[in-house]
Amino acid sequence: MDGPQDEFAIRVRDLVVGFGRQTVLDHLSLDVRRGEILGLVGASGGGKSVLMRTIIGLIPRRGGTIEVMGQSAGGDGRGAAMAWGILFQQGALFSSLTVRQNVQFPLRENLVLSQELMDEIAIAKLEMVGLRAEDADKYPAELSGGMTKRVALARALALDPPILFLDEPTSGLDPIAAGEFDVLIKTLQRTLELTVFMVTHDLASLTTVCDRVAALADGKIVAIGPMRQLLQSEHPWVRAYFHGKRSQMLQHEMR
Amino acid sequence: MNHEPLLLATPSGDELKLRPEGPWTAANVVMLETLSRSVVADVDRSRAVTLDMSGVSALDTLGAWVLEKLSRRATSSGRSAEFVGVADHFSGLLDEVRQVNRHTPAPAAAPNPVLARLGDLGKSTVGAREDITIFLQMLGALFMAVIGVLRRPRSLRLTSLVYQLYRIGWQAIPIVALITFLIGAIIAQQGFFHFRRFGAESYTVDMVGILVLRELGVLIVAIMVAGRSGSAYTAELGSMKMREEIDALSTMGLDPVDVLILPRVAALVIALPILTFIGSIAALYGGGLVAQFYGDMGPAIYIARLHEAISVTHFQVGILKAPFMALVIGIVACSEGLRVKGSAESLGRQTTTSVVKSIFLVIVLDGLFAVFFASIGM
Repeated sequence: MDGPQDEFAIRVRDLVVGFGRQTVLDHLSLDVRRGEILGLVGASGGGKSVLMRTIIGLIPRRGGTIEVMGQSAGGDGRGAAMAWGILFQQGALFSSLTVRQNVQFPLRENLVLSQELMDEIAIAKLEMVGLRAEDADKYPAELSGGMTKRVALARALALDPPILFLDEPTSGLDPIAAGEFDVLIKTLQRTLELTVFMVTHDLASLTTVCDRVAALADGKIVAIGPMRQLLQSEHPWVRAYFHGKRSQMLQHEMR
Repeated sequence: MNHEPLLLATPSGDELKLRPEGPWTAANVVMLETLSRSVVADVDRSRAVTLDMSGVSALDTLGAWVLEKLSRRATSSGRSAEFVGVADHFSGLLDEVRQVNRHTPAPAAAPNPVLARLGDLGKSTVGAREDITIFLQMLGALFMAVIGVLRRPRSLRLTSLVYQLYRIGWQAIPIVALITFLIGAIIAQQGFFHFRRFGAESYTVDMVGILVLRELGVLIVAIMVAGRSGSAYTAELGSMKMREEIDALSTMGLDPVDVLILPRVAALVIALPILTFIGSIAALYGGGLVAQFYGDMGPAIYIARLHEAISVTHFQVGILKAPFMALVIGIVACSEGLRVKGSAESLGRQTTTSVVKSIFLVIVLDGLFAVFFASIGM
């Protein structure tokens, strides 16, 4: 089953995306291996989220191919829920549904199963992301930032997708909560054997969680590899990113 | 490799050996539920249950949970259950699933329906009092803001006021004129049709003139403005509240009432009389057209009859009500906007409340004015 063609969860080739006259992604190519956590860094407004949204089909592409789990992506998005789970930056929980209903939503829409099993699965997912069964009847407006992200993660994982997309998962969390969230992602990734594609600015997440890091600059992937390798990169933007004052401390830790 | 999940049950004496095979994943959930239900009776009958996992080709949380549930069903009544032959890459997931759903929170007691009704009634009574308080607070805050502007006229947000006037006044003219034109025409047509039976057709003009100038013109325009501009105010202020823009204003030492609410309410108070005037003229024009083409009454006669039937008092009665209605619409719309809480649902609810409440209050106010004008003989 693990033939060479199955080695990659996501393969992006020569991707071109633009809005109006502006070209955001310029012949970008990127491979995400199965079972790895790939971190994507890039300047704000540099196209990180555009890349993620293009892969999941929210933004049309001008050229290039995208393969997800060996299948060419870019259809009408049906069945996409089974292929990937997405954690949006603000959680994107449905505000009119309770936590339980939010987690059950993908199950209800994609599968035929009894209400009893659905309730049990929802609670199971909530407990797997570190929430308690008591939180299930709360509404999204009553949750703290960290809890919102956890519920959103539980919803993203509701159907056990093989690929998980995270858009700045630790933004807006305090360092303790962010650290716990990183550990959670790592644990879930191991237990559920997920491939994780993570857009982040959090240097700590990059260092502790990601197997590989890709740097996006000028619409292309300019460097990709384990964190250590990226720190050696000669590309000016990558150097500026990882050798700025804020990064010094973390690098110190790495040595 | 088989592509359908199976569950083989081999009972041997008191023991039951279960052997799940194939992909135990969410995609096959219907079959998984059927399979697990089919062996429940066997599980209940046997003393020890062994789950042989070696035949499972794929496993996810849902599949693992269905199996775990079977094993829990066995252990719950003091019997034993164990998983054997678990592949390495499934063991983590299985261990994880064994931890979950261990404790069920006490379900919230269902409230007595009668008590719940009574509770709702009490809450809405208190809520009504709170509504009045909020209305009066906003009125007071606006009054203070107006005094502030009178003291220092330069503090008036002129740009904002003009922009709001453009939005809720100028841009509303076409739709307001169209609707009132149609209403005027419809009233005139009904008048001619029914009054014709007893030869009182010429009184149609009296009816149209008095009805439009005193009541309908202002009422229709106020209701339209409440729906069109009041809802926009609530939604705008509500989303500003959600995005903490109003808090940002306060922390910069600015009063949101001065900056956001006064220009909006003032624009309404200025625009509604003007729109009422335009609307009334459009309605009279609509009545006139119907008189000519349906009632066989030429424009000259229509205008002459109108001249006899109405006086400036009727016009004053209508136009005097407009600023007060505008004030009510503005206050309701802005205070509902500020009551929006964090969620999108709350924004929608508050916008609905704003429109319903302001239309209700406009009609109540109209009734009070009718009593007032009757008693002073206008």
